[in-house]
Amino acid sequence: MFKKILIANRGEIACRVIKTARKMGIATVAVYSDADRHALHVQMADEAIHIGPAPANQSYIVIDKIMDAIRQSGAEAVHPGYGFLSENMKFAEALAKEGVAFIGPPAGAIEAMGDKITSKKLAQEAGVSTVPGYMGLISDADEAVKISAEIGYPVMIKASAGGGGKGMRIAWNDDEAREGFQSSKNEAASSFGDDRIFIEKFVTQPRHIEIQVLADSHGNTVYLHERECSIQRRNQKVIEEAPSPFLDEATRKAMGEQACALAAAVGYTSAGTVEFIVDGERNFYFLEMNTRLQVEHPVTELITGVDLVEQMIRVAAGEKLPFTQSDLKINGWAIESRLYAEDPYRNFLPSIGRLTRYRPPAEIAEATRAVRNDTGVYEGGEISMYYDPMIAKLCTWAPTRDTAVEEMRLALDEFEVEGIGHNLPFLSAVMDHPRFASGNITTAFIAEEYPEGFEGAALPEDLLKRVAACACAMNRVAEIRRARVSGRMDNHERVVGTDWVVNLGGNSYSASIKADREGATVTLDGSDYRVTSDWLPGQPLARLTVNGTPLVMKVARQPGGYRLRLRGADLKVRVFSPRQAELAALMPEKLPPDTSKLLLCPMPGMVVSIAVEEGQEVYEGQALATIEAMKMENILRAERKGKVAKINVAAGDSLAVDEIIMEFEG
Amino acid sequence: MKDILQQLEAQRQEARMGGGEKRIAAQHSKGKLTARERIELLLDEGSFEEFDMFVAHRCVDFGMQASRPMGDGVVTGWGTINGRVVYVFSQDFTVMGGSVSETHAAKICKIMDMAIQNGAPVIGLNDSGGARIQEGVASLAAYGEVFQRNITASGVVPQISVIMGPCAGGAVYSPAMTDFIFMVKDSSYMFVTGPDVVKTVTNEQVTAEELGGALTHTRKSSVADAAFENDVEALIEVRRLVDLLPLNNREKPPVRPFFDDPARLEPSLDTLIPDNPNTPYDMKELILKIADEGDFYELQEEFAKNIITGFIRLEGRTVGVVANQPMVLAGCLDIDSSRKGARFVRFCDAFEIPILTLVDVPGFLPGTGQEYAGVIKHGAKLLYAYGEATVPKVTVITRKAYGGAYVVMASKHLRSDFNYAWPTAEIAVMGAKGAVEILYRSELGDAEKTAARIAEYEERFANPFVAAEKGFIDEVIMPQSTRKRVARAFASLRNKSDKMPWKKHDNIPL
Repeated sequence: MFKKILIANRGEIACRVIKTARKMGIATVAVYSDADRHALHVQMADEAIHIGPAPANQSYIVIDKIMDAIRQSGAEAVHPGYGFLSENMKFAEALAKEGVAFIGPPAGAIEAMGDKITSKKLAQEAGVSTVPGYMGLISDADEAVKISAEIGYPVMIKASAGGGGKGMRIAWNDDEAREGFQSSKNEAASSFGDDRIFIEKFVTQPRHIEIQVLADSHGNTVYLHERECSIQRRNQKVIEEAPSPFLDEATRKAMGEQACALAAAVGYTSAGTVEFIVDGERNFYFLEMNTRLQVEHPVTELITGVDLVEQMIRVAAGEKLPFTQSDLKINGWAIESRLYAEDPYRNFLPSIGRLTRYRPPAEIAEATRAVRNDTGVYEGGEISMYYDPMIAKLCTWAPTRDTAVEEMRLALDEFEVEGIGHNLPFLSAVMDHPRFASGNITTAFIAEEYPEGFEGAALPEDLLKRVAACACAMNRVAEIRRARVSGRMDNHERVVGTDWVVNLGGNSYSASIKADREGATVTLDGSDYRVTSDWLPGQPLARLTVNGTPLVMKVARQPGGYRLRLRGADLKVRVFSPRQAELAALMPEKLPPDTSKLLLCPMPGMVVSIAVEEGQEVYEGQALATIEAMKMENILRAERKGKVAKINVAAGDSLAVDEIIMEFEG
Repeated sequence: MKDILQQLEAQRQEARMGGGEKRIAAQHSKGKLTARERIELLLDEGSFEEFDMFVAHRCVDFGMQASRPMGDGVVTGWGTINGRVVYVFSQDFTVMGGSVSETHAAKICKIMDMAIQNGAPVIGLNDSGGARIQEGVASLAAYGEVFQRNITASGVVPQISVIMGPCAGGAVYSPAMTDFIFMVKDSSYMFVTGPDVVKTVTNEQVTAEELGGALTHTRKSSVADAAFENDVEALIEVRRLVDLLPLNNREKPPVRPFFDDPARLEPSLDTLIPDNPNTPYDMKELILKIADEGDFYELQEEFAKNIITGFIRLEGRTVGVVANQPMVLAGCLDIDSSRKGARFVRFCDAFEIPILTLVDVPGFLPGTGQEYAGVIKHGAKLLYAYGEATVPKVTVITRKAYGGAYVVMASKHLRSDFNYAWPTAEIAVMGAKGAVEILYRSELGDAEKTAARIAEYEERFANPFVAAEKGFIDEVIMPQSTRKRVARAFASLRNKSDKMPWKKHDNIPL
């Protein structure tokens, strides 16, 4: 076995690899750029080597710099993680030349699978199901109909030179095929000056399901079942699970065996993933093979009990796989949520800055549940703009899909992240989405269910009532503490009442509370809610049970009340005495200010320059101001035509988010 | 007997109706509560005891004798906030527009006298059209009586003003002399002369909101300490402030049960200071991580943001915080921030509230704008305030402490009790670049040499140890242990006693 390995990566995956290496008694070497000087992977590794400036193309993906680090450290093997150099054939070759083991597949396999057309051809030859289609030239409509019928409807008729949906038609029968061929051809000719057309099977209700394979250098190849990765946003995976709620045993076996056949055909060793697209009838078609460890590998590890990184290292050291296909069973259900530093309320704009608070839920490994968090960041660390915005992968495991989802709901609510925008509320909202719960998902799930973006989850009435009961119980504790301040008149103390009105989410609930040693019973609209909790005033996270069911929420003070966050909702909560509530009802509803006539600063930063003057007419798309944030200059442009009425800032000013930069005439 | 009792109840009922249903409805339609409703929200439920409910004015001019409403446009009395005594007056806009008459003012003076004598805060809820013109000079004299009591009470009991409607003309000078002014957004305004007079005299066109609304006074003039969305929110937040204040100048600040470990470590503070000394960071993060339960009652949040002022609790006890904010103007001191800081420091000192100072200051803001406007005297206010303060003073230098500004910010030389520095602190007469430009002027043409000189200067002075050698810094502490160290320091200072020589009063450079 190797004595020392170098991890040619950063972030959570570098940390992930270091953990397993440490477990195996292997020393680790981290590499880091300027931006990662204080990163977690650097702190975790036994040694760390600086490899250059922050941009990855000047550090993490410069083969020479990694080779230097290997020589300097004397590492015997390299784990590339994912991304960066993980599927770079030249890197694998460079390592081979120096006699350093690559913890990954042979260079030949990387090359074979690296090209879409070659890999599809190889897959076909290996008997793997590929998307049926006709790549040759199609001379006329009759031929198009014939080919379409052979492929089987529905089919997609596409211009070879096409893009952006132009020259693309979906045909469900012969007539549509004939007509589609003609119109595609015309459109292709006029749009691209190239009227070549090809036809392939149109996959309806597509799901992204992939098979994990593992092969050693002794000719053994196994599959570790599937992962369903259909919850994606613009091709970026967000939530993955294993197994898939959709596959049956026969399909799983067929996909697994085909994946292994492909791996064997290219002489694959190490861990790899064969991606398939699966339609509503469980027809599956090969997409591509990823010749590396996948981001979402933990869900496979949770249901199979196999440490994939450990097996990769052992295979690279020439060991034999310690199990055969029949040993690999599916145990329970695992879900992974990817935590991105992207603000869901601002159309998932990447968010950078300091993590002022970062408290993931405790990792648990029990017989009936597990929580695992793979991360590369820590409280007080900096999220930089140079790398992937993914900062953690939160996984839960439980015997069934429903229980694993429930564990995930609680784990997400326990996850505290402040200082940057992040997608925790969105992840929570998906977990509570009835369509996600049903398992009836496709790759279009997010686009279909959140067509207007995300504005926070609307909680169902019964949950709102439970939250109201909790707010009432927490407020009582807070008010009793306030009434215990020193300097009060003896024997004339304030008596904290038992009747309250809870305002939240636009609803108002009358409540009365009866507290005892173990907790409190809150009567809300005639129903009793038994609330227990060890929460104390000022604590930012409250773990409660309501009628025996756990509920976790983030609690903060807000002028006049509280801010409670849970299950993807961000609630402004007021707990009033009945009289306060009566008077509060007289207060006018203030509409949020109209910001359409303002240019607001989208991120904290410094004004580099203002490109316009007061009174100037601006056109749509015109540059208005340049803001520097994290050494990056961001040009802010006019969203529409208008006239600048007032400029509120000057070059050199530091701005907070949403600060008004300029105002336009109405 | 029963009849007589009923008569009392009927009288009370009439008084409570103020200006009558119609005017109450009009008040509500403006998004405002009535004087009595406001008191209900301010005080503990059922704790209000009203004085002078039946007082009526004595004016006989202009047919005034025909209408003598009970209470005369102001509700006064006392009650409790979380069981602690406060005195309160609340002007009733529904009764003659809350205008101030001789008797109206006498009611206010009565409770102010009681507050001073009995050592409890005064809270005024202002909603008044101004002087009662029919009473002429009597009304002016009445204002004068109130002003005198504001002055007498100043530094004896905390005085809080909440502007919840109009407050114009001479009337503004009563709140102006209280310790804190809060406003309600969209429904309150304050100015000495209103938009009409402004138009006549200066030809300026301005709305009441622009001239003296909540945003104007929190952002531009600094007259108001905070603004709130509506009456309910404002009064809830005033209750929160009162929980932080001592009842009078003879008492220690209040203590309440706390649920936060005084020894809590915050490892994330070890990375708060960026690698680049010119990169800003948010000082509020440090305040929140030092404070009990991350709770910070900020004052003047929207004004002179280069300095932060407000209250936190440590071990349940109130502490005033003054901190430079590197996010704004690099945290430098200027006229506005010096004035803001000085007034806050003096309030704390007057009421025995210990002061925590967090320092990251590159110096005073240069420029003609500052010099012409008198930064010398205004800057001296903060210096003076710190030097005069005898309350427990703990200072933490996080990064820069340059030049005169270093001395100003509660340095050891101004009788600060504990002066801590983080290892990242740089205590020097100025930044390395500036120093080298003066010390090695002749070498400025040689970039290489200059860079070497800068490095040399940084090596020597860009650290806390030179100051620590001289005893100007008591201890260099780990950022992560700041809460623990500061809490312990204040705990050790609970019996501090320090004095100034006898004087009639001081002569702060106003």
